Amino acid sequence: MKMSVIEKGDTNVIEVNNLKMRYGMKNVLKGVTFSVKKGEVLALLGPNGAGKTTTIEIMEGFRIPSEGDVRVLGIHPKNGDEAWRAQLGIVMQSWRDHPKWKVRELLEHLGDYYKPYATSTRVRPLDAEELIGKVGLNEQAEQKISSLSGGQRRRLDVAIGLIGNPEILFLDEPTAGFDPQARRDFHEVIRRLSEFEDTTILLTTHDLHEAEKLSDRILILAGGRIGANGSSEQLARQVMGKAEVSWTIHDDHFKEEVVEPVQFVRNLFEQHGDAITDLEVRKASLEDTYIKMVQRIESNGQLEETLSTFEEGTP
Amino acid sequence: MNPVIHAAKLGAKRGWIEFKQMLKSPMDLGFNIVMTVIFLIVLYVQRNRMIEGTDLALSMFTLPSLLGMLVVFGGFMGAAVTMTYEREDGTLLRAKATPNGMISYLISRIISVTSNSLVTVTMLLVPGLFLIQGLTNIGWSGWGMLLVIFVLGTLATLPWGAVIGSLVKSTTASFNITFLPIGGLTAISGIFYPITSLPDWVQILAQIFPIYWLGLGMRSALMPDVAVLSEIGESWRYVEMFGVLGIWTIAGFLVVPRILRRMARKESGSTMEKRKQEMMSRGY
Ligand SMILES: Nc1ncnc2c1ncn2[C@@H]1O[C@H](COP(=O)(O)OP(=O)(O)OP(=O)(O)O)[C@@H](O)[C@H]1O
Ligand SMILES: [Mg+2]
Repeated sequence: MKMSVIEKGDTNVIEVNNLKMRYGMKNVLKGVTFSVKKGEVLALLGPNGAGKTTTIEIMEGFRIPSEGDVRVLGIHPKNGDEAWRAQLGIVMQSWRDHPKWKVRELLEHLGDYYKPYATSTRVRPLDAEELIGKVGLNEQAEQKISSLSGGQRRRLDVAIGLIGNPEILFLDEPTAGFDPQARRDFHEVIRRLSEFEDTTILLTTHDLHEAEKLSDRILILAGGRIGANGSSEQLARQVMGKAEVSWTIHDDHFKEEVVEPVQFVRNLFEQHGDAITDLEVRKASLEDTYIKMVQRIESNGQLEETLSTFEEGTP
Repeated sequence: MNPVIHAAKLGAKRGWIEFKQMLKSPMDLGFNIVMTVIFLIVLYVQRNRMIEGTDLALSMFTLPSLLGMLVVFGGFMGAAVTMTYEREDGTLLRAKATPNGMISYLISRIISVTSNSLVTVTMLLVPGLFLIQGLTNIGWSGWGMLLVIFVLGTLATLPWGAVIGSLVKSTTASFNITFLPIGGLTAISGIFYPITSLPDWVQILAQIFPIYWLGLGMRSALMPDVAVLSEIGESWRYVEMFGVLGIWTIAGFLVVPRILRRMARKESGSTMEKRKQEMMSRGY
């Protein structure tokens, strides 16, 4: 197969159209549509069981969807050959393979498979030693993998995902179990990758700050559909963040959710003046946005479903 | 650089690395050592008994037969257990996620299963030769035959182990499903005592499977010529031996790619996760 050279910019390296996935009687994905441009960093959020892993594994070619059209680097994943696979970096939600290998030994070995797929623009594989340093495993390089801690193991997984210098990197909850330093290091690695290597990155996470920090765009998957799609600011605006104002007057505590906090506080002072103590205004946080969003998407979905069963029920 | 040949070389390298890991792992060798010691005790106990109608020690008969059995254990069980275990821990999925990783995986497994099997055979053979007199003057042809039987026996059994390993869900299940039938077949395949003392229909049943023929092959390699008198038809029956083992080999290599491809296709992070959950809820 000849890999078409994909230009930077407006080309979509991933296209997902009306993707559906059914497990037995359960419809997990009910029509997911999105696309990812070359070099973009996309975060896929969603509650447990929303189908994030399912979606990612379909793109990796590990699962065959029930319906819908998926193209990754212009190819249907289920028809993807080894040259196609060499363009992908994969970090799954949980790995515990190769327990008897040593860290450097495995990373170097797995890197070797990418040698035939080096191109003039992409060095393959990346230098194992350097990568070990980047993910902070220098001290564990000669250690057996079974003896790594959970977070260290996860760092190795990330390093393995990167070793082939992929065109597209799939990360399924990459930072689960990372300590704050490791998390920061990881963010640095990802930022550099997308900046210098122009790697397209698709990650899932439950850490909203991570999503905000790393990604150009956030997708929220809930109720089997993509319910929101945009930058974190856009999302916050979409739910029209209410602010929470709390204050105290003569030892009585009050709390209220308001749309216009500035106006509200001004009125408050006009009414009560100096009697007010302990004033606090809290803007809708990313968490609030996210939780509201998910609630809204899920209740919309339920409404739709009730409507459709209602329609089906009427003669 | 041809990626497939490149991956095949990496597979050989991987097989070698993992073979060294096995030698260093006391857990893996521990089981082999225990088995070997048990077999040596059996041989020792048998040392004064004679094979009926001959003046050959029974232990002289049992040692080569056991070697034949070990080839089956190594190839069939080795492949089955490895395959299920590595499906469970994700080694196989990793191979799938790596370009040409499956080719390398398969080659490395043929190497590591074969070399593990070779280790167990050697572990019994060497002390066995010291324990039992009269087996060492077999000449080059004898040693050559031993090697041929080992290789053919491995080829005849390994693919079938891989088939079981791909179909079965858990490592424990794959152990049970392979260990019990092999134990049963061992009992009727004339390993601990000449098969000619068993009822006819049992003899016929045993001759369908490789164990009997591998025992026969090993005996033909190691025992003095007169020992042939206690075999069926008073012959080593080379044609039938290579015929049956050949059929198992060819059929195995015809079936295995299909089964492996099917299994690899179904393998995903979710199936692995599901097995992990099941394993944790079972508690082993
Ligand atoms: N192989 C499978 N067979 C049956 N059901 C499955 C299978 N894999 C996943 N599911 C179900 O599909 C749904 C989506 O699972 P998935 O793993 O994609 O969720 P997720 O969004 O990644 O969740 P998490 O945040 O917990 O990782 C879940 O309800 C899960 O139980
Ligand atoms: Mg998941």
